[in-house]
Amino acid sequence: MADQYEDGNALAGPLREVFAVDVTTAVGRCASCGTTAPVANLRVYSRAPGWVGRCPACDEVVLRYVRGPAAAWLDVRGAVSLRFPLTPDGG
Amino acid sequence: MARAAVPGRLTNRLVWRVARLVENRAETPTARTIVFDVPGWPGHLPGQHVDVRLTAEDGYSTQRSYSIAAPADGHKVELTVQRVDDGEVSPYLADVLSIGDPVELRGPVGGWFVWRPDDPRPVLLVAGGAGIVPLMAMIRARRAAGVRVPFRLIYSVRAPEDRYYANELRQLERAADGLDVAFVYTRTAPENWSRPVGRIGVDDITAHGWPPDFEPHCFVCGPTGFVETVASILVGLGHAPGAIKTERFGPTGG
Repeated sequence: MADQYEDGNALAGPLREVFAVDVTTAVGRCASCGTTAPVANLRVYSRAPGWVGRCPACDEVVLRYVRGPAAAWLDVRGAVSLRFPLTPDGG
Repeated sequence: MARAAVPGRLTNRLVWRVARLVENRAETPTARTIVFDVPGWPGHLPGQHVDVRLTAEDGYSTQRSYSIAAPADGHKVELTVQRVDDGEVSPYLADVLSIGDPVELRGPVGGWFVWRPDDPRPVLLVAGGAGIVPLMAMIRARRAAGVRVPFRLIYSVRAPEDRYYANELRQLERAADGLDVAFVYTRTAPENWSRPVGRIGVDDITAHGWPPDFEPHCFVCGPTGFVETVASILVGLGHAPGAIKTERFGPTGG
């Protein structure tokens, strides 16, 4: 099922609920293969209890996000780092 | 200064707002453009999207993400919705929602797949089917800003009747102010159309795109397979991967 995923752009709304900046422009490094790519380019599977973001190069899970009625869980163990573009004054 | 400010963000959390339908018009036999008035709407950039949430009387709630089809215009937010017959949300938005009816909407979201009118690079837009929607927001924003940055659009559809915004694109192209439009038909073409029907390929991109040494900013939006094909063609032709921005539709259907 080649079309069963979206990309990281689909995470923009869910993650803006918990982050003060847009996470989809952050560049992540995959803990499995070392590829760096913006979160917007993750392969996102949303037909699950939450969202699962996989590396576009090796397909390993980079992050998982589940929104429950009273809390949100974010698992980013598949990312070594996230680099957020910011200007010197914070914007 | 105690700490660096994140402009407009910490105090401007993403909230659900009540939006009311103010306009509903047909784009194709299966797609409708719907316009909402959203009090408090903070504005948006072309390419950004919104989440729309519907809640039933029993409390069951479901949400979908839609690209915004037009640049910021006060409190108006314009979407084009492809009706998915067995979908939960799109038939309601396209056929049931009446003028004045409310939905919940939040946004804008997404800072990656956006075009800024002060970006001087030439632009290549490649759309597959409903993937035209955020690209049309960029085309309309270009016109609204009155900038002369050259745009080229390659728009792949199954058949002529599947084209969104056909009249407007024709008029914009006729204005000859730097927007070129090329159609790719995958199943049925107009009469006397010289290109054989079929999926988009490298010849379409070389004929209607920009040479890589023009260093264009490329935006590709459509179904996953379409986006992957076009992105790999662009990389193969020598475009810098960092200058290619993609947005895939998944199975959001509905």
